[in-house]
Amino acid sequence: MRIPLTWLREYAQVPAGATAEDVMTDLVKVGFEEEDVHRPLDQISGPIVVGQVLTLEKEPQSNGKTINWCTVRVVPEGAAQTLDIDGIDPSGVQGIVCGAHNFVVGDKVVVTLPGAVLPGDFRITPRNTYGHVSAGMIASVRELGIGDDHDGILVLSTLGLDPELGTDALALLGLDDEAAEINVTPDRGYAFSIRGVAREYAHATDSVFTDPASLVSVTASTGAGQAVAIDDAAPIYGKPGCDRFVARTVRGINAAAPTPPWMSSRLRLAGIRSISLPVDISNYVMLELGQPLHFYDAEKVAGQIVVRRAAAGETLETLDGKVRKLDAEDLLITDASGPIGIAGVMGGASTEVSSGTSTVLIEAAHFEEVSIARSRRRHKLPSEASKRFERGVDVAVADVAAQRAVNLLVELAGGTEETTSTDVATFAAPAPVFLPSGFTSARIGIDFSQAQIIGSLSDLGADVEKVDGGYAVTGPTWRYDLVTKEDLTEEVARLVGYDLIPATLPTAPPGRGYSRTQQQRRRVVQALADSGLTEILAYPFVSKTSNDTFGVAEAGAVRAAVKLANPLSEEFGFLRTSILPGLIEIAKRNHSRGFHDVALFESGLVFLPGKTFGTLSIPPLGVRPSEDVLDALYDGIPYQPLTMAAIFTGKDSPAAPGHTPRHWDWADALDAARLVADVVGVELVVSQGSHQAFHPGRAAVLSLRNGDVVGYAGELHPKLLAELNMPARSVAMEINAEMVFAAAADVIVAKHISTFPVATQDVALVVPVEVPAQAVLETLREGAGELLEDVALFDEYQGAGIPEGSKSLAFGLRFRAADRTLTADEASAARAAAVELAAERFGATQR
Amino acid sequence: MSEMPQKTAEMPESTTEPTTVPDPLDEAAIGVAVQNALAAIAAATTLDELKAARLAHSGEKSPLSLANRVIGGLAKEFKAAAGKIMGASRGRVAKALAARTEVLEAEDAARILVEETVDVTAAPRRRQAGARHPLSTLQDRVCDIFVGMGWEIAEGPELESEWFNFDALNFKPDHPAREMQDTFFVEPPEAHLLLRTHTSPVQVRSLLERELPVYVLCPGKVFRTDELDATHTPVFHQFEGLAIDKKLSMADLRGTLEHFARQMFGEEASIRLRPNFFPFTEPSAELDIWHPGAKGGPRWIEWGGCGMVNPNVLRAAGIDPDEYSGFAFGMGIERTLMFRNEVGDMHDMIEGDVRFSEHFGMEI
Repeated sequence: MRIPLTWLREYAQVPAGATAEDVMTDLVKVGFEEEDVHRPLDQISGPIVVGQVLTLEKEPQSNGKTINWCTVRVVPEGAAQTLDIDGIDPSGVQGIVCGAHNFVVGDKVVVTLPGAVLPGDFRITPRNTYGHVSAGMIASVRELGIGDDHDGILVLSTLGLDPELGTDALALLGLDDEAAEINVTPDRGYAFSIRGVAREYAHATDSVFTDPASLVSVTASTGAGQAVAIDDAAPIYGKPGCDRFVARTVRGINAAAPTPPWMSSRLRLAGIRSISLPVDISNYVMLELGQPLHFYDAEKVAGQIVVRRAAAGETLETLDGKVRKLDAEDLLITDASGPIGIAGVMGGASTEVSSGTSTVLIEAAHFEEVSIARSRRRHKLPSEASKRFERGVDVAVADVAAQRAVNLLVELAGGTEETTSTDVATFAAPAPVFLPSGFTSARIGIDFSQAQIIGSLSDLGADVEKVDGGYAVTGPTWRYDLVTKEDLTEEVARLVGYDLIPATLPTAPPGRGYSRTQQQRRRVVQALADSGLTEILAYPFVSKTSNDTFGVAEAGAVRAAVKLANPLSEEFGFLRTSILPGLIEIAKRNHSRGFHDVALFESGLVFLPGKTFGTLSIPPLGVRPSEDVLDALYDGIPYQPLTMAAIFTGKDSPAAPGHTPRHWDWADALDAARLVADVVGVELVVSQGSHQAFHPGRAAVLSLRNGDVVGYAGELHPKLLAELNMPARSVAMEINAEMVFAAAADVIVAKHISTFPVATQDVALVVPVEVPAQAVLETLREGAGELLEDVALFDEYQGAGIPEGSKSLAFGLRFRAADRTLTADEASAARAAAVELAAERFGATQR
Repeated sequence: MSEMPQKTAEMPESTTEPTTVPDPLDEAAIGVAVQNALAAIAAATTLDELKAARLAHSGEKSPLSLANRVIGGLAKEFKAAAGKIMGASRGRVAKALAARTEVLEAEDAARILVEETVDVTAAPRRRQAGARHPLSTLQDRVCDIFVGMGWEIAEGPELESEWFNFDALNFKPDHPAREMQDTFFVEPPEAHLLLRTHTSPVQVRSLLERELPVYVLCPGKVFRTDELDATHTPVFHQFEGLAIDKKLSMADLRGTLEHFARQMFGEEASIRLRPNFFPFTEPSAELDIWHPGAKGGPRWIEWGGCGMVNPNVLRAAGIDPDEYSGFAFGMGIERTLMFRNEVGDMHDMIEGDVRFSEHFGMEI
């Protein structure tokens, strides 16, 4: 909301020297955030004065143009020029060359004299042109920054003005005014008016407020005006769409009369363009009192006005020339011909006021918030009117606003007031709210006096009555947000001042610290970073292709994924089912910036929709839903497991003296995945895997002991890397951390540590290449029995001395007994048993 | 007498037989041999030279060893005297050898250490630590402060039910406040699911799932349909606090925020509350922080929103607002990082450029 200061001053005591900034500083205290300052004088400065064209000679030029060589008097007749600026003639008459032709000798115009600056840092100086010294300019509205019309210069008589020569044109045109722009929160519809803001300004500065509504006396008698009926057959949430409709008529207006500059300048500062006098008046009254108005050409309205919901198939051509299909929920203004407006949103073309309109029918109505909001959204017609209705308009001000518009039409457009009016009012008076004594003090922590409570609420316009145990507070008609004792409490605290609230530190009950999962996550994330990876946080928005590639192992399968209804980009219109696409994007970004050797990880949620997806309806607010309904809400939330992924490209470290970097390989990816499990003490079972995003021969599938697959690690598929424009041999891992964390033991049971001597033996086994080393290792473990303390694969070899299609695996076996020193024979027997089982299972032979 | 020792000392130990064997009873002759030995030991400047001197003067074929061997064949009455002379003489040589060995070994060790000197400034980084994202480090820091106050950390899903995100938080259907949240909805709309626009739904979940009183901090990722620019991002992080207990007041809210602000920004930090509107709190306030270390000098900075929990939020969780009351507050982690650590552009936080995180390392 923009507040022109001259307007605010009419109703609030703004100090003479106060700027828009000062006003905003005061308003912020009562809850209006500062937005901006609009001050024409930042862009334009004088001398800019009223002049009169004394002579005008048309001088055709060789380029085909005709210019006017004019002399213009810029001081009153008989007076001398007092300005002493280079180029300003002491005689008070300036010679000016002008290219426009829409004026004649005798016209009063705006003259920008040498020394003046126009918007765009356009500095006026005397200049030689077309054989004359042109000392100034006769200005157009566009040059002055007050309109778009650049066809001709501004002739003041067209604005109905006949000022004395030499008058300061900046003041005359309202260019010396300024506006403070503040942000109005959606609960305070009343503050979308000068009336509301002036009241708040008075609260903020503890000064006197004059209610503009109190300055208007409604003179007409009701009863015999335009016939109006309210007939809402389908109220939304049980609230009628319209509970007041005031209609007034003004006859014999001159719709083409100019809008006076004081009005158009205020509208302009408030951000509203001047259209025509009737439209300007309706906007002016809306800004002043907060009541949106609609003017009809009364001669085009047929018969009774009925406010009703739309019927099936009805259409309306709105003021913007579009034919709109109406919805059964749209609240309409209709006459005998059908719809003539969408209530509170936009009027119809058929009854529009034009320059030829003579009789105006004024509508000042009160429409229900939700109905307006829905029609506005449905027809995508945000307007100043709908903005106010959606946030609440003072139901009691309708007749006042209509009268104010009548008065302005009479005064400025020469109309005649019809002394009878229509006021269909069904609204109920606000109900009192009980504010218990002591509640406000307890809730805020300030010991408020009774005088402070009653005083603050009365200042708001509320009616406060001391009753048994507290106060009965009836809020003013413009405050729809004062319905609970908490609402009233905020008002008292706000007007007394939030700055006075003391600080006390409450003591929370003994807490349990971080949950197990929170600790696990933090330790794992830290471990990944400690191990050399850099944490990133990518957006979870991905393409369908990405989900179908990374989110599902089998090629060609479609990954069930959540589609955004309103994505920022259609390409990335889905929620991720894998962390990897985001990691790859970020790896590529780093590559493009010259960093080719990167190891990145992310820990975040992925979105895996299952069978249930949301709920068809949602319960109402302000009441705890039943357990069934709550269960359904919980069940409808898709599975979003915490997932961790890493990607490695290039080398593991920079080259340095005595250090040769290593290219990241599949084992690094596997290591990162293992780290996730190791940190939380979970064993990860690694087996040869298959996933379309990974190299078919270099992918590990990661599982828990119980067989649940929790992720993949290995080299990314060479073809995919090429398609993605990623470096060859990039490796990655992804793991469902939530499942890994859940598999962690609650208590780790200690192992007995034998201190008897160790017996170590090595064995090299030749097996077919396709036999996984892990399987051979597990078999050795099984075959060796309980004397085996540990077994590890320490070498793998293929080549000379080993048959084609076979490989040699070398294992180190560590034997130890819990209760005695093993003999060499015992260890050898256990080793032999292990080898025998491997031979039986895989045809392994000792090398 | 002066020629001999020189000659003996210079004799190669293994190849040449000693020309004479001194008489073990001839103290003078033995003394010469000892002097020769001591001179050779003292003259050795390397362990190899010392080894040669040892073989020549105390080895099996050295004059002293040969003289010692003679004792066995002496008449009984001479054995004691000869033994005494030889024992003392060989002892002196052995002692001198040991002392010289120690000196030369020490010199040798020192020389090796000098030779092994490296340029430590040219060391390679073999194990480089990675980096946490500063947003998650900051989030951890915030959580630590509240856990230290006895609060617990509560979390919830990012894809959320409309009820938890709006209705349960007293956002009325069709109210402009809902639209101002710039929500990402998902298809189909009938499912009433959305990407949470704030972490406030976790407040309602906490009230439904936990025992009263509740003191929780809810950090996490939130979503709004803002295009990315220097100060906006469609995906960002918040932390919200919620305290529900008997008799909590707005003074408790201020006290909690002030304590937190001082933990984050130092003892000189303070906070300011300004009236504002949020559907889920009444009264509501905008929260400014006095940031003593702000770039360009101490000043007030808009930090977040807060207020006393609206009774409708408590009712949505089945809590009697006449018995319990409480407060809530919420701040943006990106915004906090921006003014706390002077991050000038939102792009730096979301683009994942390794230089940004690596500059912070594990700290914030």
